[in-house]
Amino acid sequence: MTLGSPIALAKKQISSLQGYSLLVGRAFASLLTPPHYWGDIFIQADSIGVGSLPIVVLTGFFTGCVLALQSAVSLKQFGAISMTGTLVSLSMMKELGPVLTGLMVSGRNASGMASELGSMQVTEQIDAMRALGVDPVRKLVTPRILATVGMLFFLTILSDTVGVLGGGLVAVGLLGLNASSYFHSTYRALQYADVVQGLTKPLFFGFIIASVGTYFGISTKGGTQGVGRATTQAVVVSSVLIIVIDFLISRTMIGIFGR
Amino acid sequence: MPDTPKTDISSGKPADNGPVLVFDNVSIAFDDHRVLENISFSIHPGETCVLLGPAGSGKSVLMKIANGLVKPDTGSVKVFGEEITTMSEVQLFKMRQRVGMVFQESALFDSMDVEDNIAYRLNEEGVSEDESHKRVQEVLNFVLLGQAIDKFPSELSGGMRRRVSIARAIVTNPDFILYDSPTGGLDPITSTTIVELVVKQRDVAHTTALMITHRLQDAFTLATHRYDEQAGTMKVIPDGAVDESTTFLVLNEGKIVFTGKTLDLTHSEDTWIKAYLA
Repeated sequence: MTLGSPIALAKKQISSLQGYSLLVGRAFASLLTPPHYWGDIFIQADSIGVGSLPIVVLTGFFTGCVLALQSAVSLKQFGAISMTGTLVSLSMMKELGPVLTGLMVSGRNASGMASELGSMQVTEQIDAMRALGVDPVRKLVTPRILATVGMLFFLTILSDTVGVLGGGLVAVGLLGLNASSYFHSTYRALQYADVVQGLTKPLFFGFIIASVGTYFGISTKGGTQGVGRATTQAVVVSSVLIIVIDFLISRTMIGIFGR
Repeated sequence: MPDTPKTDISSGKPADNGPVLVFDNVSIAFDDHRVLENISFSIHPGETCVLLGPAGSGKSVLMKIANGLVKPDTGSVKVFGEEITTMSEVQLFKMRQRVGMVFQESALFDSMDVEDNIAYRLNEEGVSEDESHKRVQEVLNFVLLGQAIDKFPSELSGGMRRRVSIARAIVTNPDFILYDSPTGGLDPITSTTIVELVVKQRDVAHTTALMITHRLQDAFTLATHRYDEQAGTMKVIPDGAVDESTTFLVLNEGKIVFTGKTLDLTHSEDTWIKAYLA
């Protein structure tokens, strides 16, 4: 195996970034002019939103459970076990709910989009679409971005909710806390800034998942092997971007709201 | 543009007297590999140009350039008198409303049935469901595949998929059709059926066409046969005559090595062409 030139590698990366930016720009520009494929948006919303329900509910629920279990051990040392609800609530709402939901949906849907569009690309179906006078970005990319952004927002709310419920189940059932006290503390812990932060993140994460998934799909080269490569890259890149953007949003929000 | 009459590409009107397709000094390279080099030729209304050449000679790339799917590095490409290399994607969509294209591997949408595949463009244009169904049925009968309307591409044989692909390309009565190896990978009998459809489209609808083929016998069948509408079949043109509207363009290593009529090709003294035809 020979090592490629660093200049060629840099050119390739910059070219990919340019391709991604152009794709995203065209996807947004297509919102301004007809035709709009509303039917495709609802189909994608069903596939991404309803289809991801089981994994999001299970992940959120058990994350809440384990969060309560682990935090109770530390809080007990300070005699603050009654703060379990506060900790679960804040952790789920601000960080774990959006990030874990984003990662789960990324694993399921960024890969699905990359493989679906990649298969269409290598079998010339995307060229056929263009030859038939249909803009593939308008038809395939824009509906996926809109559907993912919208659905991830609601999936995150659901994940936060079941996470708090899971934490409550452990707190009451295993740690012996009072149910009313637990749920009261989860509610009282949340402030406007926490809710804004927790609900802003999925909007960015949904955009990352769909734009990265469709970009890798639509730029697939190299037959079935290329489809596999695109699928893997889509999941890896979108997952890493979610973590990085999470940090940036958190920092910005703390800067704005002070918490 | 003194010679080529301007036409409104979005009007849907047939081409005027000027060439339907003009390539002028077109070149393209992928990475460091030059795929097409200084390609110049034109196709006139009613003409069926057969594009021949060995694998990797740049035929499919040429065809994609002709439909604006790939932009050349240099040179000019005019379709219906309009320069397409400088068109935006939105302008190209309007141009493509007058162009039908049959892809090498059919490129049917595998999640849609035959009817939805063929009616794809009609649905985009907002044609009513009844009208769309009627036109799909008509065009399926034209390609002798009326019984396959509710099947999915995965349920069809290779030859049937090509026929559906042809039906999809001609359902809007385009003024110009691009056939990318419509007989590639098919057995001789099925290939003849596909060539018969191309001849039928040429002689019944008089559509201008550019057809890539690897099979010389298909190219010469096209040149030596004519569609008999009354008999409903393709017949040999008597007295060894050839169809005058059929022309040939031969590519080798990205360059044009021959352009002209059937008899000019068969009587060529060029050693490479002789070896290629042998």
